[in-house]
Amino acid sequence: MTIIQKLLGAAAALALSAGAALADPALIFDLGGKFDKSFNEAAFNGAKRWAEETGGSFNEIELSSEAQREQALRRFAEAGFNPVITMGFAMADPLSAVAPDYPDTKFAAIDVTWLDLPNVRQVGFAEHEGSYLVGMLAAMASKSNTIGFIGGMDIPLIRHFGCGYAQGAKAVNPDITIIANMTGTTPAAWNDPVKGSELTQAQISQGADVIYAAAGGTGVGVLQSAADAGILSIGVDSNQNHLHPGKVLTSMLKRVDVAVYDAMKAGANMETGVFTMGLADDGVGYALDENNASLISAEMKAAVDGARASIIAGDLKVASYYENDSCPALNF
Amino acid sequence: MGKMPNWADAVLVPVISLLLAAILSALVILAIGEDPLAALQLMVKGALGSSYGWGYTLYYTTNFIFTGLAVAVAFHARLFNIGGEGQAMLGGLGVALACLYIPWPHWALALVGATATAALLGAAWTLLPAYLQARRGSHIVITTIMFNFIASALLNYLLVNVMRPKGSMDPATAKFAEATHLPTLHDMLAPLGIAFSKSAPANISLVIAVLACGAVWVLIWRTRLGYEIRAFGHSEPAAHYAGINATRITVATMLISGGLAGMMAINTTMGEAERLVLNSVEGAGFIGIAVALMGRSHPAGVLLAALLFGFLYQGGAELALWTNIPRELIVVIQALVILFTGALDNMVRMPLERLFTPRKPSIKKG
Repeated sequence: MTIIQKLLGAAAALALSAGAALADPALIFDLGGKFDKSFNEAAFNGAKRWAEETGGSFNEIELSSEAQREQALRRFAEAGFNPVITMGFAMADPLSAVAPDYPDTKFAAIDVTWLDLPNVRQVGFAEHEGSYLVGMLAAMASKSNTIGFIGGMDIPLIRHFGCGYAQGAKAVNPDITIIANMTGTTPAAWNDPVKGSELTQAQISQGADVIYAAAGGTGVGVLQSAADAGILSIGVDSNQNHLHPGKVLTSMLKRVDVAVYDAMKAGANMETGVFTMGLADDGVGYALDENNASLISAEMKAAVDGARASIIAGDLKVASYYENDSCPALNF
Repeated sequence: MGKMPNWADAVLVPVISLLLAAILSALVILAIGEDPLAALQLMVKGALGSSYGWGYTLYYTTNFIFTGLAVAVAFHARLFNIGGEGQAMLGGLGVALACLYIPWPHWALALVGATATAALLGAAWTLLPAYLQARRGSHIVITTIMFNFIASALLNYLLVNVMRPKGSMDPATAKFAEATHLPTLHDMLAPLGIAFSKSAPANISLVIAVLACGAVWVLIWRTRLGYEIRAFGHSEPAAHYAGINATRITVATMLISGGLAGMMAINTTMGEAERLVLNSVEGAGFIGIAVALMGRSHPAGVLLAALLFGFLYQGGAELALWTNIPRELIVVIQALVILFTGALDNMVRMPLERLFTPRKPSIKKG
């Protein structure tokens, strides 16, 4: 932290005094903030790893208003930062406005895949495929034939997670009951562990014994309540198995840190275009480490790895919520 | 307690409060090992040092004028409307409906139409709380804040399930048509030969906001309705005795208040984003309370207070961009200003009043 602070201080001083082309990267966090224990924090970890390994420095901003999206992009591009990395789908629109004005600056947009801009690297994740695998694990680990899903804010992206999860669970056990809840309808839903805990208890009382949280900071409350009640939970984005060893069945990994690290490492020579990180390149996956080794039997692992291989090979297709804004396995 | 001269009340109290807030903020910045003078310089330069900075400062100011006026109007009737957030969300919905579904030939017509729908929906959102307050005695603070959550749930439902373009990941409406795009200050000032930053979001809604300040002044101090609102605010029984209908005044005041809050959306939704996003209000409804408190519920005061908060927002963004002062600390600085100018008003006012009151010779017995 202190190293980063020094680096950032130096970067800020340079930016202020010179304002010339620095070719340092810049990172724009989404409204959730840098320390959300999830999506943005993963990006920060990737950037930190790059800074530690290369001794480089980067600038960053935590957005606090919608109007700042375009502002931050322009200011970083003007000050010569390259590449400028953005987090979250909400940056797509500001990027379409700003990126054409700075053709010599490269932008990397995480969770954006549908723009047609020559100087933007767009990185999407096959979250539904990763969620499919943890859904299979949940169904195999459940004894009550009832599993739960707790989303953050009710937006299509989170339904996309839930949809893959439900398909995976139904593939193992077609009769399984899936209880799905969303935490809320405001951005506060990303950081409401108390509500996450309440929803967990409500789902437990309906018989759920494995609960998947795709809810940012809210998930901390889900994992805690599940561990307290002696049932299993599934973490998201980062590997959260270590939070409650032996009580977290697995985590659905979304390697945002790798995407950010790669973009920073490539620097100004970053390749642009649309990239989807899926199971094949470990962009998404399920976490297996010493904390959950006892929970995943050899049989479970074999089944999930088999499904993983067939998804990569294209024999098994997990339906995406985006295709027709609905889910074949779950109603929201 | 004696009375201060007007100038002291209007100028000295806020200035001293601001100084106190600035000193405390400086101590906080020092405590995390940053240079408060450099930070202040960065804020001033970033917010007021260029037409670009001004463009953002005035953009935020426009929001705060609308929500500040909304709260101020309600304050005159001693109604505490803390539902500006929800009313502005509904205003955003009104703007989106007007801009998406009506083929406007020119932005000026679109602006009139969208302002009307924004004000209408914003006002409609206060109707139920106002009625419940007037006829059932349900406290307006409770009901308006509850309506904020209902508004965000409604907006979320509409944006995720109904108004989102098919296949889009972003819970937002489609872009509004080109004909509805409002001229920015750059477009407006260019014919006058004044170069204004092209990328700043401040737009013609600023003019509407300033006009709204004038309209509110006329309403409160120069119309019969305004007189009734003030009379009702000073004493409900007296107003009742004078033949003023409490229900009518409560509902009318809240409708005007909600309409003003709703009009904020023409700045954010029509002027800046040019589409309706989920998070279009982002707290301006609550900042409006601080703005109205600091502006003493007077339109001129609201205008100045809104400018101050616009400065704090844009200056805060510059701090976030170029220093490693975390964004939470910028909120702390903004909160200190609110605390000193709003909540701790009497802390400055009372000693000042004592200062201005000529000391009376004390009478001693014996």
